[in-house]
Amino acid sequence: MSKEWPLWEIFIRGQHGLSHRHVGSLHAPDAETAVKNARDVYTRRNEGVSIWVVEAKHITATAPGDKGPIFEPSESKIYRHPTFYDIPDEIGHM
Amino acid sequence: MYAQMVKSTGQGVKSLDEMDPVEREFQEKVDADIRIEPRDWMPEGYKKTLIRQIGQHAHSEIVGQLPEGNWITRAPTLERKMILLAKVQDEAGHGLYLYCAAETLGISRDDMTEQLLSGKMKYSSIFNYPTLTWADIGAVGWLVDGAAIMNQVPLQRTSYGPYARAMVRICKEESFHQRQGYDIMMRMAKGSEAQRRMAQDALNRFWYPSLMMFGPSDANSVHSEQSMAWKIKINTNDELRQKFVDQTVPQAEYLGLTVPDETLAWNEEKGGYDFAEPDWDEFFDVLKGAGPVNNDRLEARRKAWDDGAWVRDGLLAHAEKRAARKVAAE
Ligand SMILES: [Fe+2]
Ligand SMILES: [Fe+2]
Ligand SMILES: [Fe+2]
Repeated sequence: MSKEWPLWEIFIRGQHGLSHRHVGSLHAPDAETAVKNARDVYTRRNEGVSIWVVEAKHITATAPGDKGPIFEPSESKIYRHPTFYDIPDEIGHM
Repeated sequence: MYAQMVKSTGQGVKSLDEMDPVEREFQEKVDADIRIEPRDWMPEGYKKTLIRQIGQHAHSEIVGQLPEGNWITRAPTLERKMILLAKVQDEAGHGLYLYCAAETLGISRDDMTEQLLSGKMKYSSIFNYPTLTWADIGAVGWLVDGAAIMNQVPLQRTSYGPYARAMVRICKEESFHQRQGYDIMMRMAKGSEAQRRMAQDALNRFWYPSLMMFGPSDANSVHSEQSMAWKIKINTNDELRQKFVDQTVPQAEYLGLTVPDETLAWNEEKGGYDFAEPDWDEFFDVLKGAGPVNNDRLEARRKAWDDGAWVRDGLLAHAEKRAARKVAAE
């Protein structure tokens, strides 16, 4: 039985100067081939101007169970949002 | 539909009260249209059913390249050849998006491939029919991709995140497939008498197999009921088939072609067509492997897999050697 090619996560920067965004994954023997294959699979219709590939095993992620402790602290900090402050109408746009 | 007769747990749907707290939390997320992501807790049955369904769908995209690939070298013009090539290439991409979605559930790509080749996993019955003439390529795009779209559009809202996202990408690409097929049909139907006959013949042969794509009626199936509760199935097979017929009949009329069903009639009351069911015995025979070209299809996939083994191994060995050299140089 042959060994399976490693899995790569693919990130693409779209046309409009936005950040690279995760679009999917694919198997490839090495990074160069992963980039070539990503071009063929994920940019067949002008979807991108730049490609990043990262071997999936190198990604460290938060665990679903940690969602509370990690993200809840920011929920109560409503003063971080502009809508928290009442600015009188006569001041105009701010 | 590309996934037919997917079996779930086989047990009835549990009520929220019958579930333990973890499962209840899961089901409430599904009910609230919150996506389930790969590392979230999910029932074993949900995972297994999804692997079957997504795997079957992926295999269908891949095997589905064969009937159309058959005509790439014989496309009537260079433009048609480029279009067909692009379409078939898209299907390879669809297969890949779906395999990746299935892999997030813990099954490996090679494992799925081997299950396809051993006959343990299925692909859609439709791809066991041959494409005999160029008009068949029109009929496949129009009817087969048309039926697939019918099924795939609602699946963009399916509960499993990676599956839903794959569906979004796929649906964006599919409408080109159906339109290029209809474009071929228009040209053939308005061409010479021989071309028109060819178009009609393609419709005759692909009509019922296309209706079979949605699978037999599942109004009373426990599997479907469970899949619908999990939101990995959104509509019943009959609902989708009805929608497909209602959409397709006027398109056939526009072409001046006749749907091969003498019982076909508009039913004012239900606001849809009455139509004849396909031959379900034939459907089950095809699923069991007795369709016109089941053997050819699996043979072609086995040959591709076996003949490609040295390439897969060679590229990996090369990559490992280069990586080792890089480490040594550092
Ligand atoms: Fe497809
Ligand atoms: Fe397709
Ligand atoms: Fe398609």
